Amino acid sequence: MEKEAPLEAPVWQRVVVRFAGDSGDGMQLTGNQFSLASVLAHRDISTLPEFPAEIRAPAGTLGGVSAFQIQVGGQDVLTPGDQPDVLVAMNPASLKVSLPELPRGALIIVNTDAFTPANLKKAGYTTNPLEDGSLRDYQVIPVPITRLNREAVKDVEGLDKKFIDRSKNFFALGLVYWLFDLKPDPTLAWIDRKFGKRNPAVAEANKRALMAGYNYGITAELFQHRYRIPSVDFPPGTYRRITGNEALAMGLVTAAQKAGKMLFYGAYPITPASDILHHLAPLRHYDVLTFQAEDEIAAMAAAVGAAFAGAFAAVGTSGPGMLLKAEALNLAVMAELPLVVIDVQRGGPSTGLPTKVEQADLLMALFGRNGESPLVVVAPSTPADAFDMAIEAFRLAVRAMTPVVLLSDGFLANSSEPWRIPDPEDIPPIPVRHPSVRNNGGRFLPYKRDPETLARPWAIPGTPGLEHRIGGLEKEPETGNVSYDPQHHQRMVKERAEKIERLAGVIPEAEVFGPEEGDLLVVGWGSTFGAIREAVRQAQDQGLSVAHMHLRYLNPMPRNVGQVLKRYKHVLVPELNMGQLAWLLQARYLVPVEKLNKVQGRPFKTVEILKAIEQMVDGR
Amino acid sequence: MTLTVNPKVLTKKDFASDQTVRWCPGCGDYAILSTVQKVFAQLGLPREKFVVVSGIGCSSRFPYYMNTYGFHTIHGRAPAVATGIKLANPDLSVWVVTGDGDALSIGGNHLIHAARRNADIKVLLFNNAIYGLTKGQLSPTSPRGMKTKSSPYGSVERPVNPIHLTLGAGATFVARTVDVFQSHMAETLEAAYRHKGFAFVEILQNCVIFNHGMWFPYTERDRRHDHVVYLEPGKPLRFGKAQEKGLVMKDGKMETVILGEDAAEEDLVVHDPSSPALAFMLGQLRDPLPVGVFYQVEQPTYEEWMYRQMEDVKRQKGKGDLKALYHAGDTWVVE
Ligand code: SF4
Repeated sequence: MEKEAPLEAPVWQRVVVRFAGDSGDGMQLTGNQFSLASVLAHRDISTLPEFPAEIRAPAGTLGGVSAFQIQVGGQDVLTPGDQPDVLVAMNPASLKVSLPELPRGALIIVNTDAFTPANLKKAGYTTNPLEDGSLRDYQVIPVPITRLNREAVKDVEGLDKKFIDRSKNFFALGLVYWLFDLKPDPTLAWIDRKFGKRNPAVAEANKRALMAGYNYGITAELFQHRYRIPSVDFPPGTYRRITGNEALAMGLVTAAQKAGKMLFYGAYPITPASDILHHLAPLRHYDVLTFQAEDEIAAMAAAVGAAFAGAFAAVGTSGPGMLLKAEALNLAVMAELPLVVIDVQRGGPSTGLPTKVEQADLLMALFGRNGESPLVVVAPSTPADAFDMAIEAFRLAVRAMTPVVLLSDGFLANSSEPWRIPDPEDIPPIPVRHPSVRNNGGRFLPYKRDPETLARPWAIPGTPGLEHRIGGLEKEPETGNVSYDPQHHQRMVKERAEKIERLAGVIPEAEVFGPEEGDLLVVGWGSTFGAIREAVRQAQDQGLSVAHMHLRYLNPMPRNVGQVLKRYKHVLVPELNMGQLAWLLQARYLVPVEKLNKVQGRPFKTVEILKAIEQMVDGR
Repeated sequence: MTLTVNPKVLTKKDFASDQTVRWCPGCGDYAILSTVQKVFAQLGLPREKFVVVSGIGCSSRFPYYMNTYGFHTIHGRAPAVATGIKLANPDLSVWVVTGDGDALSIGGNHLIHAARRNADIKVLLFNNAIYGLTKGQLSPTSPRGMKTKSSPYGSVERPVNPIHLTLGAGATFVARTVDVFQSHMAETLEAAYRHKGFAFVEILQNCVIFNHGMWFPYTERDRRHDHVVYLEPGKPLRFGKAQEKGLVMKDGKMETVILGEDAAEEDLVVHDPSSPALAFMLGQLRDPLPVGVFYQVEQPTYEEWMYRQMEDVKRQKGKGDLKALYHAGDTWVVE
């Protein structure tokens, strides 16, 4: 039925595709649909959206470019890819912004209709790059997308004029589906679901646009070959795509349900954490109580109150909000109340780069409060891992009666990967104990610690006979009465630290990927997992003696970290900051480490890490 | 909200903790503590249902002296902490004890938003027009010209009016009482408790150390009759030793008149706590100073809205099921 591609189709293990256009061009939707079609065809993916920082940047300008990058693979895909093999550029600005990322020989599909003198000028081009020879190192596929699309939808009855050109992203998507040998069916079904009832004319236009693009691929013979990507052998199960923010929201809800608790989520709008609030706010029927506070401080303070009253309390924010939360967070440390604080890190300092990734809040999470204020810090390494770590965060919080900071970041928040959906039954419950009787004969001692965990009892208001007072002042051990006694302070400081340290006994040891000992250990944390793992894998394929240890627990650290560090000649710590984990490792374990630091508001490229590895191992 | 009636009759002593009270001798806080303990004992609510939350300052030591649940939090944030407590467990009777610096300066934003949300929390603001715990700096209620350690030539600031502030923020109950007016304070606190929703009570309090006598014109026995007017719903606004003075409305302003000379009883303004306009005008008065309930209106509380919404959504969508949550959106199966 359909014509074969003109030349033989080589098999690609992985292809990186970038959809780029004006923020009004629907590139996020296009990318999301392409992701969906890919996973439904059993390809592994990793995606990264890039939004303009301004909500409504002027159309056609460089600042208004919206892009969506995805790596599709027939084997484990760990990152959205270093360089796009295929670029779909809907206008001159998106071409200009994306070009520096492209390797020579990359395929560029351009909407030639958008290359008008006005648009070229807005993008800062003095000559038309499609004509001036500047793209000679790439395979440019010029397609008059706007005109072809108008033709395709012209007979749709009742279609409002303004929707005609809005469907052109579906034309582009259809074309790319053909190029990647992907079925358009899931998107057709999605269009019906999304627009079918509300606006049948728009649904029809979008479907026609999609199929016109697809058929254009068949008939136009534009491409030298199609991309054939083998399918991946995923373990059996039901899958969905998940972003870091979605995973955190679901993890928090799950944790609360696994403890038979209400989830209290306090938040103040902040990029890139707000989506967690958006995911939780509709879940009232899951006993999720979202509280949009008057400010970051109140969001945190209310969570402390909710935790005191017995709820599973969490807050989500980003760096600037983290600063404001430090005060009430420190109260939770002092009062010894369990709660979870999510910091979706972004570029700083100050307002910094609101929509861009950075890992520079690690030391703030550990030390950014007055006094000796130890708490637990964890960091998921992938979007799917964020689900597990959100649950783990609550587990640890309750076990040690402590706040837990979970460090995500702007990349993890918005990037996505396939997630094998767990059976909720398989997730172990989180045991919570609220005492109902006095723990010391006739008296209740709110700071009498559990001998094993050193946690104090979580007695909640409303319990008869356990009335007690807590607060931010230093206390006498056990009674919790205000005390400035030097010995009391010293003992309480030590106990608060000790109970956190004891968690090292229950968290898993850090896993090492690669040889048990050797030339180089690469140590990372957080969202750099994919890039580091991929680089280490490639280095191992070259025969280099390199291993990877990724820390999901930053305080306390897994008990084997010190041992592992000493088994390698060199240690390399790549981070999206100026060396915060490196600093910690050096301070704690007295090992020399090499740093690889990137602070460009962007994730690592695999090749950047690979180069550093090669340099360290064989001096290349 | 379901309140369990306590079978055991409680007394004031049941609400006193075993901690030594450490305010300066003669501090107005003692009288307030004593009245609060007495009133709590009479409300018919068991001890474990009370939570007293405070911020930072002399007044904020209050929870330590109450044998209830208590939380001495951080500077200015008590209304936010209290909101979290109330949302997590609407069954509790949540009281915030705060001061002029705590609530009106560092915590101003939280007071405003707690008032507007109308969570059922009771805020007792001990107003002594000074920072006591930090040893005598001017506060947001210190009058202009007041000399303090931080304003040796006299304050150049305009003070905030706590009554106006909370009315403007949408508080559904706004009242004022005075540390030495024990029975008036008890009545006012009880009214605040009975009010369903956010209740704000300004309590004029004497700081014997740093601002002694701040409120003397209103508190000294021989003078107070002439300078304090008691607000009682439905009653004309009269004051003076023999109730010989009253308040009338003239050209849109309140004016003091002598009854029988300048005006008759019918001319006097009758107090109506449901009128926000009257509440604002009364809030403006400094002499005579009105005490009592300025304003009270019933509105659904914040936690009521919240829990009703939770129930409504449960009715519409059924009780949330984790499986359904995980499987929402596009899924695919690998055999
Ligand atoms: S400083 Fe003033 S307010 Fe504070 S305890 Fe002493 S008298 Fe009371």
